[in-house]
Amino acid sequence: MKDMMKETEEKVNIHKKSRRRLHAAVISVLVVISILCLYLLQRLVMPKYAKGIVEGAFAAEYYKETTDHDVIFIGDCEVYENFSPITLYEEYGITSYIRGGPQQLIWHSYYQLEDTLRYEKPKVVVFNVLSLKYNEPQSESYNRMNIDGLKWSKTKYDMIQASMMEEESFVEYLFPLLRYHSRITDLKKSDFEYLFDTPHVSHNGYYMRVDVKPAADFPDPPQLVSYDFGDTAMLYLDKMTKLCKENGIELILIKAPVLYPYWYPEWDQNVKDYAEANDLKYINFIDLADEIGIDYSQDTYDAGLHLNLSGAEKLSSYFGQYLKEEYDLEDHRTDPVYQEAYAEKIEFYEAMKQQQYDELEQYGKIISFGAEAIED
Amino acid sequence: MLFTSYSFIAFIIILLVLYYLVPKKWQWSLLLIASYVFYFLCDARYLIYISFTSISTWGFGMLIERQGKKQDDYLKEHKELGREEKKQYKAGIKSKKRHAMVLCLVINLGILAVLKYTNFVIHNINGAIRSFGWGSPLTFVNFVVPMGISFYTFKSMGYIIDVYRGTCKTEKNLFRYMLFVSFFPQLVQGPISRYNDLSESLFAQHAFEFKTLWFGIQRILWGFFKKLVIADRMLIAVNTLKDNPEQYGGAYVFALMMFYAFQLYADFTGGIDIAIGVSNAMGISVAENFERPYFSKNIKEYWNRWHITMGTWFTDYIFYPITVCKPMLKLSKASRKHLGEVIGKRVPVYLSAFVVWFTTGLWHGASWNFIVWGLMNFVVIMITQELKPLYVRFHNRFHVDGKRWYDGFQVIRTILLMSAIRMFDVYRDVPLTFQMMGNMVTHFHISTLFSSSMLALGLTGVDYIILLAGLVILFTFSMVQRSGSVREKLWCKPVPVQYLAAFLLLLAIILFGAYSIGYDSSQFIYNQF
Repeated sequence: MKDMMKETEEKVNIHKKSRRRLHAAVISVLVVISILCLYLLQRLVMPKYAKGIVEGAFAAEYYKETTDHDVIFIGDCEVYENFSPITLYEEYGITSYIRGGPQQLIWHSYYQLEDTLRYEKPKVVVFNVLSLKYNEPQSESYNRMNIDGLKWSKTKYDMIQASMMEEESFVEYLFPLLRYHSRITDLKKSDFEYLFDTPHVSHNGYYMRVDVKPAADFPDPPQLVSYDFGDTAMLYLDKMTKLCKENGIELILIKAPVLYPYWYPEWDQNVKDYAEANDLKYINFIDLADEIGIDYSQDTYDAGLHLNLSGAEKLSSYFGQYLKEEYDLEDHRTDPVYQEAYAEKIEFYEAMKQQQYDELEQYGKIISFGAEAIED
Repeated sequence: MLFTSYSFIAFIIILLVLYYLVPKKWQWSLLLIASYVFYFLCDARYLIYISFTSISTWGFGMLIERQGKKQDDYLKEHKELGREEKKQYKAGIKSKKRHAMVLCLVINLGILAVLKYTNFVIHNINGAIRSFGWGSPLTFVNFVVPMGISFYTFKSMGYIIDVYRGTCKTEKNLFRYMLFVSFFPQLVQGPISRYNDLSESLFAQHAFEFKTLWFGIQRILWGFFKKLVIADRMLIAVNTLKDNPEQYGGAYVFALMMFYAFQLYADFTGGIDIAIGVSNAMGISVAENFERPYFSKNIKEYWNRWHITMGTWFTDYIFYPITVCKPMLKLSKASRKHLGEVIGKRVPVYLSAFVVWFTTGLWHGASWNFIVWGLMNFVVIMITQELKPLYVRFHNRFHVDGKRWYDGFQVIRTILLMSAIRMFDVYRDVPLTFQMMGNMVTHFHISTLFSSSMLALGLTGVDYIILLAGLVILFTFSMVQRSGSVREKLWCKPVPVQYLAAFLLLLAIILFGAYSIGYDSSQFIYNQF
């Protein structure tokens, strides 16, 4: 009798155990499916920056590069709208990439550089100094555009920590679904189209615009209480200088030749002093606009804030000559690897140029780019 | 630390892991540390107040207990004492106990009054100064008002009164008592637990059980759904309507009334669900605070089902003591003599009820809005009580009692009535509330509620659809709940069904919750109390 009871008990226990195992297996499968589902939703709701404000796509686009670069540009719209890496290649065989971003603040730039060094070691780094005027995070949306596209690494973690506004949360960078969830009711065609792959919108980080809007008068610049750059901004400039020196990279400080935002002579002097003290090159292109041949009635698409394609090509042509002379950069035009890669890039460059001219002709304005772009 | 913040979620996850990892005898100690860490993270200064209230009430409790013990010992040693001598001795001890209890109440309620109501008093004095031209106004004070001070003060005052009454055993261990007062899920907005109800479960050793944890998580998710998907989304329209009364009169006032009714319900019950869910996940049972109040057929029933622990607190510790106190008994006798039996016996009851509703209003907030809100409740309850014979006659004459349509009518009537009274805590002051209520009646155009102008309140068409879906889910849930626990019913279903239900709820919260940048994330409404 006892044996029978024991046997029954054992059977019950075995049954319970196998039931528990089955439950665990079912739950495991369900958890995996749930995580997959959340991941897909995250991909779906994250902005694709395929049309209109495409600048948010720049950060991720870098990782698609198949060749390395001799020159890396870092900075805000004053680099990614004013320099054309394709011109630098076509005219001088210089390979370059702009790791720029909208309102890229100096800590963004620093970490973009740090991230770049994880993949390649350029000979020259060009940093546009306008962002020195900001000492604190400015905007969540620009933070997102500069950070979201970066691959996960300690650099990205540090960049987020340095960049977050008070109302932002690290968790929402880690799980962007939590930040962009409300887009679920406002999805566009491109959200499905680019679910797994971000669109290609730049030319080695260059944002092309072929339209023309002559420079206008800007308001007189206000007088500032202090013309010194902030401590945080200077700290990151020091870090950038140190990082370049440690890696044997030439750091060039530049100020792009645009008319607005106003670049104060006092700021200019501060940068000159810094460059001199740290044995760096500093080029203020505003002073060289005539020598470059920039015509502000023809070479800007937004009344003097940024250059258009014509202006960018002129500036790149001028700067390319300088880079060639000063840094003895190799001409990669004869290298088959680069030839193949750049043939594709040039084709894309020309196609976009044509597309924009066509849009201009048809609609009187460019409809694929900019804040007024029409998205499906 | 908001219940809906990421830091709170991280805090809970870490706590739950530690809770089931540490030796069971340390579980309550861990909870005490967690509760104080929680409060510290909200504002380190709060700790001074909650520690003082805990230590003082515990100390007075021990004092009362000691008096009781002293009495027992004395009487044991002096068996020779006559009845009258014993009675005299007991009266002396009781007096000492009462003194200790009153002193404890005065000190702690004094702290609550000073911190919470000083500026309200100054505001009213300044009003008088201005009206009568008595001189320069008084300066407002800038006290730190600890989060949930009303909740933990009431909790500890309930304890000391119960100890005095002998209905609750004194907690000998100061730290255990400190945990009872500071138990963090209840700190923010209740429920106001009684020591007898909470202590056993709070200090018990809880072994890990999947069902316990799973039920807790489900309840937490349900709370998040109510708070983030419904309450915080509705808050956008509520704020637009209440902040611009000059723009939104007539039917908009009605819209505000209904929006606020459901927003407050989803917000408050959502917070309570999270609080109870967190407790449940650790195996701790906490008193329920709501029982589908919007299914009530009259206001009295509504108050028996809404914020239950607060209602019973006021009944047990204010209403009954006032009703049976000596002056009230004297008044009762006198009123019966002079006003007759029927009216006379109502006087003490209504007077006690008046005090209860006045203090209930005051407890909710230091402003006339809340006081008037409390008194409006009193007036409606009193009228309902007085009209009871009329209702009975009506029901008997037309045989409507028990008919479903009439039940529905009563439920809707109660919702409308309670929502209308609640408007006093919506608008910035009492005169404006009266003005807007009048405006609602005189300028009501139903077409407004279906016009495109409803899309200018900060909510899009999609938001309205989400809200509607959310309310339908809420209603369905309440209907199912009438026949028993929804979680128990779900537990009987196959594992994938249970999991799917929870996952869909999580998904709804993540996708349709009004959180993160772009939404005006709000504190739970009841945090301020």
